[in-house]
Amino acid sequence: MCLAVPGKVMDVRDDRGTRMATVNFDGIEKEICLAYLPDIAVGEYVIVHVGFAISRLDEDSAMETLAMFRELGILEEELGVESSEAGAAS
Amino acid sequence: MKYLDEFNDPELAKKLFADIDRVTTKRWAIMEVCGGQTHAIIRNGIDQLLNDKIELIHGPGCPVCVTPLGGIDKALAIASLPDVIFCSFGDMIRVPGSNRDLFQVRSEGGDVRIVYSPLDAVKLAEENPDKEVVFFAIGFETTAPANAMSVHQAKQRGITNFSVLVSHVLVPPAIEAIVDAEDSRVDGFLAAGHVCSIMGTWQYGPLVDKHQVPIVVTGFEPLDVLEGIRRVVIQLEEGRAELENAYPRVVSEEGNVHAQTLVAEVFEVCDRMWRGIGEIPQSGWRLAPAYREFDAELRFDVGAIDSPESELCRSGEVLQGFIKPNECEAFGKECTPRKPLGATMVSSEGACAAYYQYRRLDGIEVEVSAGG
Ligand code: SF4
Repeated sequence: MCLAVPGKVMDVRDDRGTRMATVNFDGIEKEICLAYLPDIAVGEYVIVHVGFAISRLDEDSAMETLAMFRELGILEEELGVESSEAGAAS
Repeated sequence: MKYLDEFNDPELAKKLFADIDRVTTKRWAIMEVCGGQTHAIIRNGIDQLLNDKIELIHGPGCPVCVTPLGGIDKALAIASLPDVIFCSFGDMIRVPGSNRDLFQVRSEGGDVRIVYSPLDAVKLAEENPDKEVVFFAIGFETTAPANAMSVHQAKQRGITNFSVLVSHVLVPPAIEAIVDAEDSRVDGFLAAGHVCSIMGTWQYGPLVDKHQVPIVVTGFEPLDVLEGIRRVVIQLEEGRAELENAYPRVVSEEGNVHAQTLVAEVFEVCDRMWRGIGEIPQSGWRLAPAYREFDAELRFDVGAIDSPESELCRSGEVLQGFIKPNECEAFGKECTPRKPLGATMVSSEGACAAYYQYRRLDGIEVEVSAGG
């Protein structure tokens, strides 16, 4: 849970005053809170930690980091996804 | 070189190692204070590939590892109460308290749930108005904004059946405690990139000036770690002590101001016990008075809990670089990731667990029992 995973912002919406987004992590989609990066736009890459986008990231760096997570087989674990769920999503 | 082709850019890795070799003339001890970095170092064998003048010390960089046993016992006591839904990040579930873990509480009928985001716990509280939902809010500065938002949202939405058991820790006071220790061996630090993505780098300048120790903000990927080490070694060899940012693609000087603002509203600084190290003054966050109604410790009276650590465990010495994990008598014998005795074996990001996972077959002898 120390780590933070990069993903791509797919859509942005408001949930009773909190900015939320769907973020795609190499095929796995999660609901992510954008409260701390209010000016992020759809299509941009962010670093996500425990459900919160904490920092913007360029696409190339995001891709490299995601590839590392995949290779180590820890993407699902970091996203708190059960492996069966991850299989269905990817 | 057995590990070099495991770097995602072996040529760059080779160049960084060669650069480090070229500048190193003296012995230096460098501490990383990020569990992700510890993991990358051991997994990629960075400590073994470096020339033998440079020693890496794996500091207290994993929040699961430094959460005191007493805090875990408190969590277990609250999770066992009737009508409580106890929520935690996945990696806390198997961390043993004095005599069981959250997983066992669940198998004994407790309602223990793993959440990915603290906001999931708030949602559970909304969906279960007749239950008390408690969230185990642990972590460093990286996790605090998420945890702060859960409390803030509960307050805003008038959710009264939600509370948090807070055990937050802060990196700069830990660094200060380590350099201040009389017998400290640390010459320079790699600061944790993701902590700094929230807090910025501004907190570290005064530490560098006061203690004349180089601090390089570093990412957690293997090449990032190597670059951080390279910069610390260059500073040390040149007799400089400066703050450098080797992770500018994620970290800025001011950090994430929105996150800092909410954290400052919801939390206040307090003294905190660190498992394996002891109490460090002003090294944690607890709920600020305006949010104290959400404090699970005040809401649930589980009595005074004071849990002694295992006498065999030397994780404090591991965390301060006095011994390597495999020099602990219990390593791989009484103490394994399945049956951890101490702070640094409990999470995969702890130094003892990382050694166990990657070094066990590497000439370090351990007994592997059937279960673990
Ligand atoms: S191997 Fe186990 S007992 Fe020894 S220091 Fe590490 S955590 Fe403690």
